[in-house]
Amino acid sequence: MRYLTGVVTLELDKEKCVGCGMCLTVCPHEVFILSNGRAVIKDRDACMECGACAVNCPVEALKVQAGVGCAAALINTALGRQASACCCSAESRDLSTHGLMVDQTGPAAPKAGCC
Amino acid sequence: MGAAPAFRPLPMASADLQDPPGPVEITLPGLDQPFVTGSVESTVGKIPPISSSLNFQDHWGTFKTRWGAGRMNYKVEPGLYALGRPDAQSPVLVTANYKLSFDSLRSALPGRDVWILVLDTKGVNVWCAAGKGTFGTAELVRRIESSGLDQVVEHRQLILPQLSAPGIAAHLVKRLAGFEVRYGPIRAKDLPEFLDSKGRASPAMRRKTFTLWERIVLIPVELVDALKTGVFVALALFLLGGLGGPAGFWSNALSYGLFAVIALAAAIFVGAVLTPILLPWLPGRAFSVKGLHPGLVMALVLLLIKGPNLAVWPGRFEFLAWLLLIPAASAYLAMNFTGASTFTSLSGVKKEMRLALPCQIAAGAVGLGLWLWSGFLA
Repeated sequence: MRYLTGVVTLELDKEKCVGCGMCLTVCPHEVFILSNGRAVIKDRDACMECGACAVNCPVEALKVQAGVGCAAALINTALGRQASACCCSAESRDLSTHGLMVDQTGPAAPKAGCC
Repeated sequence: MGAAPAFRPLPMASADLQDPPGPVEITLPGLDQPFVTGSVESTVGKIPPISSSLNFQDHWGTFKTRWGAGRMNYKVEPGLYALGRPDAQSPVLVTANYKLSFDSLRSALPGRDVWILVLDTKGVNVWCAAGKGTFGTAELVRRIESSGLDQVVEHRQLILPQLSAPGIAAHLVKRLAGFEVRYGPIRAKDLPEFLDSKGRASPAMRRKTFTLWERIVLIPVELVDALKTGVFVALALFLLGGLGGPAGFWSNALSYGLFAVIALAAAIFVGAVLTPILLPWLPGRAFSVKGLHPGLVMALVLLLIKGPNLAVWPGRFEFLAWLLLIPAASAYLAMNFTGASTFTSLSGVKKEMRLALPCQIAAGAVGLGLWLWSGFLA
């Protein structure tokens, strides 16, 4: 199944890539292939911006504005609601460095939903 | 939206993690949890053994959680568990403390001897927790230390679910905790093959699907969520229906208001039940568009049955009102399914909503206005 095309923020710096293949391992939608010993974006529109590739790239060759593709989260953000352990809010994580989210310690709002 | 990134840099040395100085206190999960079958003595203390067979309580718990009951508190205690009779060479599999994740993992491994390390993800499943950072590098490193894992196993390898990758920097775990992360298959049921082939995963094991069944199991919680608001809206519509119309309050409520309640129920059915089921076959890429089409069909069917008099204005307004309201509601509910889906990007959802949400709100407002007006004209 395919979603909207031409929208994702995924970027691959070919110069930095060392061909370790981690992005291929962790990507759930086969966005990458290895070609001539380096990673190449094969199917850009299949990317769901989960961030797995950028977080696991040991040389920071990948950048993406990762976040949850969730309409409810965007509405929550627009209404000024904070993210909690389960309720999503739509701050995107800019995964271009080794910046990693530490644990959320907000109260778990008792609300069913996307999770 | 899309403002400053909401992350804090992970400290690079384990001493920076908020641990007390000196040896880390070992904490083990409680032995009194209902699914724990005794206790296993070890150098780090009593480790809870678990079984790979799920009993009635486990299945009932799964059922309730799928309907949203107690979903936010369906947890197991984090820490190290023993499945089968693992020893110092047995593999270590890591999972979230959402009981559904835990049960899914252990039931996929009958007859196996493995250690299961459960992280504190606040009762949230692997993929969502990884996205939020709770199934994260910091928590994994903390849990490795507090479980005394390096005393329990001689090797230094961990097998993590592939969908935890958004929260785990494998190379940092190696540096901080001395354990090498290997990503296992997406589905627990592929683990036996993965383990037997010494860690080889086929492309199919690494591809996230969204099959009919996977979509169907998500419906109950979406439906319950929609109905929680829907019940109040239905009550309001029923009472509002009594205000307009030619006859007395209750007679109007029954003719106008009741139809409104039926229309709402139909819209919820289309948006929260039908759209997820028919997802790949509905037209359009945007979820709101996918929900719009069956919504229009449903509106026409209902109006055909009710048969408002299109020769007069009240009838025409009523017809237009429902032609706007039902598809708007079903499109909105369909759009909300993006969060439960497995392939929508944040950028795509933003783009979709920029147009879809104002249209839904406008259609809803105009439709409501036309409906009320038609009632007063009659």
